[in-house]
Amino acid sequence: MEPIIAIPSAKSLKRQEKEEKNNKMLFGFWVYIMTDCVLFASLFATYAVLHNNVYNGPGGAQIFKLPYVLGETLLLLTSSFSCGLATISLQNRSKRKVISYFILTFILGLGFIVMELNEFHNLVLAHESWRRSGFLSAYFTLVGTHGLHVIVGLIWMAVMITRVSISGLTNNIVRRLKMLAIFWHFLDVIWIFIFTIVYLLGALHL
Amino acid sequence: MSKLPLTINHDENKLKLSSYITGFGLSILFTISAYLLVINHAASRTVLIGLVIVFAICQFISQSFLFLHLGQENKPRWRLTIFAFMLGVVIIIVFGSLWIMHNLKYRMTIPQEIRYMKSQDNL
Amino acid sequence: MISYFANFWIGKLSIHQVPTNPITVGGIIIMVGLPLLIAAFLTYKKKWRWLYREWLTTMDAKKIGIMYIIVAFLMLLRGGSDAALIRVQQATSVGSSHGIISSSTFQQVFSAHGTIMIFFVAMGFMFGIINLILPVMLGSRDVAFPFMNSVSFWLFFGGMILVNLSLIIGQFSNAGWLAYPPLSELRYNPGVGIDYWIWSLQIAGIGSLMSGINFIVTILKHRCQGMTLMRMPMFAWSVLGSMSLVVFAFPILTVTLALLALDRTIGTHFFTAGGGGNMMMYVNLIWAWGHPEVYILVLPAFGIFSEVVSTFSQKRLFGYTSMVLAIWAIVLLSFTVWLHHFFTMGAGSNVNAFFGIMTMIIAVPTGVKLFNWIFTMYQGRIRLKNPMYWFLGFVVIFTIGGMAGVLMAIPPVDFQLHNSLFLVAHFHMMIVGGVLFGFFSGLLYWLPKILGFRLNERLGRYAFWCWIVGFLMAFVPLYILGMMGATRRLDHYQTSTGWHPLFVVAGIGVIIIAAGVAFQILQIIYSLITRHKLKDTTGDPWNGRTLEWSIPSPMPFYNFAILPTVNSRDPWWAKKYPKEEPGLQITNKEQPIYQDIVLPKNSSMGMLIAGFAFLFGFGAVWHIIWLVIAGLIGVIVSIIIRSTKEDTDYIIPAKEVERLDKQYRLEQGVQS
Repeated sequence: MEPIIAIPSAKSLKRQEKEEKNNKMLFGFWVYIMTDCVLFASLFATYAVLHNNVYNGPGGAQIFKLPYVLGETLLLLTSSFSCGLATISLQNRSKRKVISYFILTFILGLGFIVMELNEFHNLVLAHESWRRSGFLSAYFTLVGTHGLHVIVGLIWMAVMITRVSISGLTNNIVRRLKMLAIFWHFLDVIWIFIFTIVYLLGALHL
Repeated sequence: MSKLPLTINHDENKLKLSSYITGFGLSILFTISAYLLVINHAASRTVLIGLVIVFAICQFISQSFLFLHLGQENKPRWRLTIFAFMLGVVIIIVFGSLWIMHNLKYRMTIPQEIRYMKSQDNL
Repeated sequence: MISYFANFWIGKLSIHQVPTNPITVGGIIIMVGLPLLIAAFLTYKKKWRWLYREWLTTMDAKKIGIMYIIVAFLMLLRGGSDAALIRVQQATSVGSSHGIISSSTFQQVFSAHGTIMIFFVAMGFMFGIINLILPVMLGSRDVAFPFMNSVSFWLFFGGMILVNLSLIIGQFSNAGWLAYPPLSELRYNPGVGIDYWIWSLQIAGIGSLMSGINFIVTILKHRCQGMTLMRMPMFAWSVLGSMSLVVFAFPILTVTLALLALDRTIGTHFFTAGGGGNMMMYVNLIWAWGHPEVYILVLPAFGIFSEVVSTFSQKRLFGYTSMVLAIWAIVLLSFTVWLHHFFTMGAGSNVNAFFGIMTMIIAVPTGVKLFNWIFTMYQGRIRLKNPMYWFLGFVVIFTIGGMAGVLMAIPPVDFQLHNSLFLVAHFHMMIVGGVLFGFFSGLLYWLPKILGFRLNERLGRYAFWCWIVGFLMAFVPLYILGMMGATRRLDHYQTSTGWHPLFVVAGIGVIIIAAGVAFQILQIIYSLITRHKLKDTTGDPWNGRTLEWSIPSPMPFYNFAILPTVNSRDPWWAKKYPKEEPGLQITNKEQPIYQDIVLPKNSSMGMLIAGFAFLFGFGAVWHIIWLVIAGLIGVIVSIIIRSTKEDTDYIIPAKEVERLDKQYRLEQGVQS
């Protein structure tokens, strides 16, 4: 068969096709977020089953410092809000504001991670690491998985901030920023449950 | 790259600053209330547990609608459908596992171990 | 933790990890020899460039589907060889004889058998068939996310390589296909077997999860004009149901495997004996995934049967709406039955009773589907072609196996039969009789669209009869053995049990199945040789009902030159026989207006990402920390690099589409 004559680049997708493509990609990302919810649910279930297995070691009430955790929570919550402000700027196609708000979100998120790493570090130093008991294994894994997701989000954010600075608000970049925003809000939603179930209920000796 | 038109997606126009401000405000309210209640041990343990859980659910709902814009898509509302499905699966897995594991723990722990755990205040 | 990384550069690798026993070495020779032969052939024919350009870097779902099917078939041979080994061992290892393989080898053989059959054969065939047919059936050109489709396949391939690598260096898991702790914990299994199992499944599992997302979005967003959900072919509905299960069940597997891996590497206490671990939680979690998994496998097979039965009865599917409702009932219920896999672990009778009742309920929608197929056949003009044979075989075997399942749904009965050969017979009848027969039926049905020729009918019948006779001979004795008290996974037993004759019968059954496989291979080769006689000259060799039959065979790479518009179920049938369904007259505005077609460009990034994931897995198995880090960084950097690519598509101009279309139809003789 003769070779096929084709145009090697499809930068000039029609507007409707672009819209459909964006639409289905955002929807696909939402489906992925739903799977991540089930992932966290499994970790929560594991934590719920193991949280009293302290094996003569410390329980939640002994190691959780609620004021500190409140600080972490407020940092993450505020970063979710500033992400929302970034999304509004995105809607208004204001490149400068998008970059500024995402930088703010990044800094707040980074602050959250630093606080969390500090918390983990202190526990490990006091020989109360994940190796100590089933409870601590479950605690470090649940909170740690959330933290890993936040780190991935921060890397993504750094890459996107760089991209926007260089290329501006192209169609692909706008779509990806929307996905990043959904991801970031989702991480704060998960944190609500960690804050409540792990820290608050732990402090109540549940 | 030519300047993009203001909306490439029909869903976009609906985003308002007010939803984020309200969401942020409500979340702060629920978070700090729950925190203060626990720190000050403001009620009996059972009541506190109930309140804290209720606040968490309220914050979850407010963030889902105000930050994640749940239910604001055009019909057919597939995001909402999948979200509801996910909630169902999560509830079954979490509470199903808790029921099963609690039942197993009760039935598969020997008496000596129960006595030991009670003495350690861990059961 | 420092002591784990014995040697920084090669971790735990050493020449002593290469096996020396003859049977394993024989397996290695075949498994390494076959790819080497293929590589030699490709070099001789100078086809490497062609392979890379046409297959390895493709974004075409049909080609990806074919690759899945080829891998799945090769894995069927590997898993089947394991099965033959099991049967031979159990038929000969009685009394003073200890069979042909050692006890520890036997443990690895049945673990590999189960793992490979479920994760690489069944999942492979399933994703393969879905890739091949779903987009065309929906009147679309490709899946929603072609690049992610490619990544999914290569992750599947990477997991497959990891499993097979365990034969060559190290060992495989000896803890069954689900690796329960404490046997799978470090204390009782310090070697690499369990780690191979964990990482090959973890890598392949991520691929499956991505496919789940991909196919859901494809079905919800990629249907052609006029195809509402209730006009979709039943196969598409069954895929939607199955992928919904994938998307919500696989994360549980991801977590469970990760927790076991953490126990084995950084010293956590999730499932350890002591330290506050709870091994029962592993069993609970793994089956919370495991039960939906079996419905993931069987629902597409049911969908295939819906297509096959209606086509070969030349009658529309009976009870379309009830079929859809049955699928969703199965999907919802499959999340409420998982405890029936561990009735005997010790939960109380109210817990057991609840799950027992739910298990019995879930048989009802399956029954609805079965009856609907039979009602479809009733007063139809039935043609007994190869695909229909497999359906009829399914009816027999799945019904027997299903009844055995409902029996075991009663907890007191299950206490007698749990982990006996009765159970083994039950689930093999479901998976082989249901899933595998379904996939064979679908492959025979749809292969003409890929190859451009049908397969030889007679050899197909011989294959079928060998399969069903052999299968019944191999598994009915197992029901009896199970009730006589024989447990599963036995590598030796006493003569006084009286089990020996039945094991011999089962062994003969496996030989007959092997003859069936031989006939299948012969069928493919013979059909290839005589393909001119079997050529599909119309694109519609079976007088089909759905859109895939409206395009030439082999299918053009763009599927449809002009995307179709439908306004009924079975749209191709409605077009061919408009008088039969008078209410469905199409207002014919069919001037062929060709338009530009946008398709994704080829990319090697899918292979690259999966390759790095494989390196990560290999490093994790052998505790080679630098490889683990390199693999992880490689995956992240590849993803970032891929995301910088702005133009990922190419366009075929309308004039060129017209030319291609006319050429395809000329070669085929198809009317437009």
